[in-house]
Amino acid sequence: MIIHPVARRILARLATSLVVVWGSITAAFLALHALPGRIEDILAGDLIYPGLREAIIAEWGLDRSLFAQYVDFVGRIAAGDFGLSYVLRQPVAQIVGSQIWPTVHLASAAGVLALILAGVAATLTAGRGRLARGLAAAVELTCASAPVFWIGILLLMLFSFTLRWFPVSGAQSWQALVLPAVALALPTAGLLAQVLREAMERALEQPFVVTVRARGLGEGLIRLRHVLRHAALPAVTLGGWLIGGLLGGAVITEKVFGRPGLGTVTLNAVLSHDVPVVLAVVLLAAFIHVAASTLLDIVYVVIDPRLRQQ
Amino acid sequence: MTAGTPLVDIEGLSVRFGADGPAVVHDVDLVVHPGECVALVGESGSGKSVTARSLINLAGPGARTTSRRLLIGGEDASRFDAARWRRLRGTFAGLVMQDALTSLDPLRTIGQEVAEVVVHHRLPVGRRRIGELVADTLARVGVPEPEVRARQYAHQLSGGLRQRALIASAIAGQPRLIIADEPTTALDATVQAQVIAVLKDRVREGAGLLLISHDLAVVAGIADRVHVMRAGRVVDAGPTAEVLARPRHPYTRQLIAAVPSPQARGSRLASARIAPDDAGGPIRILREPLPARPAVSDEVVLEARGLTKTYRHRGGRNATFTALEDVSFSIRAGEVVGLVGESGSGKSTCAKIVLGLLEPDRGSVRLLGEPWSGLSERARRPRRAKLQYIPQDALSSFDPRYRVKDIVGENLPGLDAAAGARRIGTLLEQVGLAPALAERHPRSLSGGQRQRVAIARALAAEPALVVCDEPVSALDVSIQAQVVDLIAELQAKLGTALLFISHDLGLVRHMADRLIVLKDGRIVEAGDAIGVFDAPAHTYTRSLIASLPAPLLAGPASPHPIGTRL
Amino acid sequence: MTDSSLAGTAPVDDAAVRSRALPRPSAGVALAAAFVLLLAVAALAPQLFTHYDPLEGDALASLQPPGAEHLFGTDRLGRDIFARTLYGARYSLAIGLGAAAISAVFGIALGLLAGQRSRLLDETVSRLFDIISSFPGVLLALLVVTFLGAGLTNIAIAVGISAIPKFGRVVRAQTQLVRDADYVTHAYIYGRSRLGVFFGHLLPNVLTAVPVVATVSIGTTILAVSGLSFLGLGPQPPTPEWGVMLAESRDVLRIAWWPGVFPGAAITLTVIAFTVLGNALQRRFEGRAP
Repeated sequence: MIIHPVARRILARLATSLVVVWGSITAAFLALHALPGRIEDILAGDLIYPGLREAIIAEWGLDRSLFAQYVDFVGRIAAGDFGLSYVLRQPVAQIVGSQIWPTVHLASAAGVLALILAGVAATLTAGRGRLARGLAAAVELTCASAPVFWIGILLLMLFSFTLRWFPVSGAQSWQALVLPAVALALPTAGLLAQVLREAMERALEQPFVVTVRARGLGEGLIRLRHVLRHAALPAVTLGGWLIGGLLGGAVITEKVFGRPGLGTVTLNAVLSHDVPVVLAVVLLAAFIHVAASTLLDIVYVVIDPRLRQQ
Repeated sequence: MTAGTPLVDIEGLSVRFGADGPAVVHDVDLVVHPGECVALVGESGSGKSVTARSLINLAGPGARTTSRRLLIGGEDASRFDAARWRRLRGTFAGLVMQDALTSLDPLRTIGQEVAEVVVHHRLPVGRRRIGELVADTLARVGVPEPEVRARQYAHQLSGGLRQRALIASAIAGQPRLIIADEPTTALDATVQAQVIAVLKDRVREGAGLLLISHDLAVVAGIADRVHVMRAGRVVDAGPTAEVLARPRHPYTRQLIAAVPSPQARGSRLASARIAPDDAGGPIRILREPLPARPAVSDEVVLEARGLTKTYRHRGGRNATFTALEDVSFSIRAGEVVGLVGESGSGKSTCAKIVLGLLEPDRGSVRLLGEPWSGLSERARRPRRAKLQYIPQDALSSFDPRYRVKDIVGENLPGLDAAAGARRIGTLLEQVGLAPALAERHPRSLSGGQRQRVAIARALAAEPALVVCDEPVSALDVSIQAQVVDLIAELQAKLGTALLFISHDLGLVRHMADRLIVLKDGRIVEAGDAIGVFDAPAHTYTRSLIASLPAPLLAGPASPHPIGTRL
Repeated sequence: MTDSSLAGTAPVDDAAVRSRALPRPSAGVALAAAFVLLLAVAALAPQLFTHYDPLEGDALASLQPPGAEHLFGTDRLGRDIFARTLYGARYSLAIGLGAAAISAVFGIALGLLAGQRSRLLDETVSRLFDIISSFPGVLLALLVVTFLGAGLTNIAIAVGISAIPKFGRVVRAQTQLVRDADYVTHAYIYGRSRLGVFFGHLLPNVLTAVPVVATVSIGTTILAVSGLSFLGLGPQPPTPEWGVMLAESRDVLRIAWWPGVFPGAAITLTVIAFTVLGNALQRRFEGRAP
């Protein structure tokens, strides 16, 4: 059977992602077992009541061989079963499922905002005069270097306490989403704009841009029709990493703005040593990250015909 | 031929970058008529590209142009605004650049690229006919299966086809003026001839062609008039035949004389002087002879027997690619053997096997009578000094952290510091570099100087054989002449055998005693260099020799006939 | 006999020769270097710049606005914010350097391994990098803290681990680049042994890439660590760590802006300084062939 080179590439990429997912589950398993102390104690968190340990041993099959435990662990995680939170006395999947949406809203709003800000900034300033570029570079660098929570604090002081435009906390209205999304978006936008602008400037120096100019196209068309696609390539490579950053940043942002969500759940879990919940959130973030990078790599192959053949 | 309004009529064109930068182009006059080809010739930095691109206001960011007269298509272009310039580009003037792989947008299909001019300017073609127009345009420049090619990307085409596609994208808007900036520089000789023919057809159809080239020989075959540029000024201009036959400016003369010709064998290229000095009758080139060479001995330095190397295609299951097949040759002490072939002919594979960087699948190499291929690197190392190498790109062969003295010194093991420094000084003098350069960093040297450092490094080991892999291909003509002279002179003095690898047939004819012609991994012709040129046996060799530009000047035989060299 | 001054390396043309006008290592870089130097002095001897104690507050001078007495004002407990910010430099620098050292050591070793010609080795190490980087840095740190507890050392370890792939990938790419570079191939032609090539050409040229990554990495590490401190996972109050100070400022934001501004500005400026220095190094590094 002959497999089309593009299909072959995509299949190979999917296989790699599966290996990475399996690897991250294995890493979690190894970490659990490498820790000092007994696993049932680790899983129990700060909670102590009679019969709890025995229940944990029974649920996780801790009296079986290590290999059997491992196979069971991988199988359960793969099936989306993260076990019980003994601290909260609820299935982990249920906890995560009920709290994931505010976080998804926040991260995706911030992601879209960052993409728009970075795209506009890069397209407008790449290869322009010294002043415009210098100013853009300074703003981007500051955004990329400022901690999310500090941006959040500054926004709160200015727009909530002083101007009273937006609520201080909560997640009930769309207004409550604005400041957290902006705070989370700015550092990402700063980074993305730096990468995009550099890529655009590199693309603008390519000989083909001279050819395109010699066909009579104006600057705007050259950027939109030719250069932007070239500049998108390095940004796509960065995309998976940025999504990971947004997920991590969401935890901090939720804390600043007192928003409900996975971040709050996770932080509480960390403080009460609720290992099953933390483990579930971390693994879930890893899966989202892997899925996103895989998707973006496939997009890369679609954008760049040079990768489509062997 | 030159009737009607000139397409380009400029006088006193100067271009500078920045408000008070130095003039990159200075006081240039240029006229191009429909149906004629005008060439701008010069070495790197001569300002020829900037001049040409100024005609479509694309000299680059920050370029400031002044002129006494700037008529483009009969209109005063000094009053054009940005929009007027854009309307002109692609419809009145098309631009063809050097490397189609980077000059066509790699993310768009050939068809999209060729159609862009027409679509953008809304040239009169019905929407349905765009595909046909693209196919027609591709067919006009000799692209076979144009409908198929239009759906492909630049990287999927061969170098020659790609360059034709680039020409097609430039002429799709039926421009009256074509500006071709080094359109054949990266191409093999036979492909180069084909691309020039395509451009010639456009001129025959009535387009004006402004051809920019560093290569006088390319220009000689197509240009009606030629302007020789140096440091931003036109130093010589006139009808091509006249400029070539009676070059007025010393620089033009030097350029012409620096091209290796059959008459130049056995003499120094860079020493060429043209006589008589006052432009009168037909001119002659006088050259100084190279030092006398010792006779070639019968001792065999290197013997290659039946070298075969196949590569497996990446990803493909059973597809293999034979890079080299049954290649045998020998090199005797003091002999210069030329290895000629176009890209993909297997010359690099052959060089790698000879240098012991690659093991042949079959066959063997013997160095100085002892086995060389098939040995462990450890066993080869003691004899490494006997076999040295001069690469094409000297800079990339130098460790970026090294100074000149470290580079040469690396090949002088076992010398103490003082003796090493003395030896390095001697070697640098031998290759025509000031010993003070030992402290310099190669990045701060010119291309010619770097090549000399590479030569000094090879000589440091006192080798019996030096593999020269395209040693001057990256250099300007006049520098090339100096480096070729140096290699020839050192060869004559030291009696070192050379394996001289090049795509440039003229250069190999200048250097080699014997000649090997490679095609698709096989030797198609081998023998005495002069004999092969006089009576090539294989059709491929004949086509190679035919694609060699005619000698620019038919001078008399050099004062030291070839016979004395052998 | 010498070459003409016009000699270029290739018959490309003038348009390519004109270098692009990059802002040269300039006032900005000097300023960044000066700031980092200042930071280092503040970390080693903060008492040179202030006589206030970072931990002892004056309850009567609570929440004083910035002024001559207290340059950055005071916090709720009357502690001088300028002094606390100065003393905070040592935590950020120590964790930044420590985490960067962890990721550099493992990153370089693994990157060199992956850069060898073995396909299996490359695939294995590269997948390991993928696995590590699939965990977002903050969440990986949360996991570490859950297991090992909060504290300075633990978050430094967590941030260090999550930055290993960044070093590793750069070193891997650089190793491959140098490994295939002409001068390494040619070193064999000139009779150098394998070991001689490794220590004479490969290693030194690979390691030139490390300071660049390290410098930028110190900046991003400081950023990550401050976030974890803000969440309460790092050093605990009353430690004058910048993230901790900002977390404490949340309670008084409605009535006082200064506790929420100066520590954040310190973080931002520090990260900017390291990034600018790293980029300057990068430009110097790119000016030369691999």
